[in-house]
Amino acid sequence: MTTTTTTMAGGTTEMLTIGLGHYLTVSAILFVLGVLGIFLNRKNVIVILMSIELLLLSVNLNMVAFSSALQDLTGQVFALFVLTVAAAEAAIGLAIVVIYFRNRGSIEVEDISTLKG
Amino acid sequence: MNWTLVLPELVLATAGLAALVAGVLPRRDTSFAINMGVFGAMLLAAVLVLAQPEGTAFAGQYVSDDFTRFMKLLVLAGAALGLLVAMDWNVKEGLSKFEFPLLLLFSSLGMMVMVSANDLIALYLGLELLSLSLYVIAAFNRDSERSAEAGLKYFILGSLASGLLLYGASLVYGFAGSTNFDRIADAVGATEGVPFGLVVGLVFVLAALAFKVSAVPFHMWTPDVYEGAPTPVTAFFASAPKVAAIALLTRVAAGPFGELVDQWQQVLILASLGSMILGALAAIGQRNIKRLMAYSSIGHVGYALMGLAVGSDLGIRGLLLYMAIYLFTNVGAFAVLVAMRRNGRALEGIDDLAGLGKSDPAMALAMTVFMLSMAGIPPLAGFFGKLYVFLAAVYGGYWVLAVVGVLTSAVSAYYYLRVIKVMYFDAGDAFDARPTSISVVLAGTGLFTVFFFAFPAPFLAAAQAAVAALVG
Repeated sequence: MTTTTTTMAGGTTEMLTIGLGHYLTVSAILFVLGVLGIFLNRKNVIVILMSIELLLLSVNLNMVAFSSALQDLTGQVFALFVLTVAAAEAAIGLAIVVIYFRNRGSIEVEDISTLKG
Repeated sequence: MNWTLVLPELVLATAGLAALVAGVLPRRDTSFAINMGVFGAMLLAAVLVLAQPEGTAFAGQYVSDDFTRFMKLLVLAGAALGLLVAMDWNVKEGLSKFEFPLLLLFSSLGMMVMVSANDLIALYLGLELLSLSLYVIAAFNRDSERSAEAGLKYFILGSLASGLLLYGASLVYGFAGSTNFDRIADAVGATEGVPFGLVVGLVFVLAALAFKVSAVPFHMWTPDVYEGAPTPVTAFFASAPKVAAIALLTRVAAGPFGELVDQWQQVLILASLGSMILGALAAIGQRNIKRLMAYSSIGHVGYALMGLAVGSDLGIRGLLLYMAIYLFTNVGAFAVLVAMRRNGRALEGIDDLAGLGKSDPAMALAMTVFMLSMAGIPPLAGFFGKLYVFLAAVYGGYWVLAVVGVLTSAVSAYYYLRVIKVMYFDAGDAFDARPTSISVVLAGTGLFTVFFFAFPAPFLAAAQAAVAALVG
């Protein structure tokens, strides 16, 4: 994954080429962060909404990386659809958080326990 | 491009847009007219589904065959019955808004797209159209803290499942090189071995779909959401979307990943065993009847998944029949729960059913039929559903599944019989008069449940044709 390139100054340096593996690693890390954000978060519902966005964005990174590696446009089209749906999902999520707050006066995760599961 | 193939979906989508305009523009309340319009659109779509030719459209994104027709008819029947059950309840609870039928209509559209999906993109879009509508109707009673909490919980866990599904889809796309189910099947069937990434992607997709059908271990949202959501909404959740999600799971497992049966079979066997056992044991201590029905539905998903887990044509046929019978029995049982109301107040405790045997013998009889059918007592429909699934398990040599299935049926009979005992042997006041729409639903689903044994042939033939179309 390392290539030797000539710099402007004329010297040669070792430079990292970013390949598919790197993208997949980053997106896997983002995905795990998103999942942990949902399960370990004990503070606020808004943080959960942000974690959900993080999940979807990590997927988009995956899609675009694969699309580029496969020389196939389907992945990018899929990513655009995911972006669109994510926007609708965020809108609905915020709307539900608002009606929850109006009923309860709080959006602390600890308080969401009227229905015992 | 074959536009005419998607006529049922086009009709639903156009009717939805027209109903939106009709709901917003006039100054007076148009919710009843829109309820009726949506009901008519669903029936029209069902007729068009019956006449739908076979083929693929939109560059292989959309497929129509006997399997999709069977499932779409079930989904539309479930949605239309759900709408009938909800109408009177919404009026009495002051929730008679035109958005309710619209959301049911758009979720039906999403389910039809899901069932007909032949590509990961179409699958995702259909699933999201369904899920987004469901999040909203779970929180439809927005002045109720419990309904809002049900919507919030469903939204968070549902979005997590969508994330899992997408992550799996991206891996499948990357390692199979395409999102089309046929191309994926080619990649999976390739002789040089299946890439590991593809198997990981499959596991993610299966986990997400297991979440949508509320199979163990992804069931934890079900009791809370079922209890918190308004009763007719719970009735809808437990019927049509569950059938559609099972259809999608079947399509994904048997279609593109059919060659990987060894990989997904173990997962599904564990999910099936876990769901049956949890559904039977956890429901015993419940006092709220909606929570009881939630655990009962988890158990039923376990039985249905048994049909898929054995991985044979016979098993899938059993699964399709099971879902058809479950759908009608379940809608019927929920119609009784929706009619539970004293002095204008909706009730949902099991004890509140007391005295129904004296005050409303017809409804008590219907509820008895539904409970016995769910417990699997012959000659009611539920017995045949279980029979075909267990038969497939025995023929396939999966004795553990069949034995656990029979044992958990016996355990679950306890809480179904308890409901009957409360209705007939405990004393209680009469309910408010039941509305006509509920009576119609009760009569229809009750007659189906009782007389299924007399004419199972058309259902068996339809399920057989559906399996033939799916497995090819």
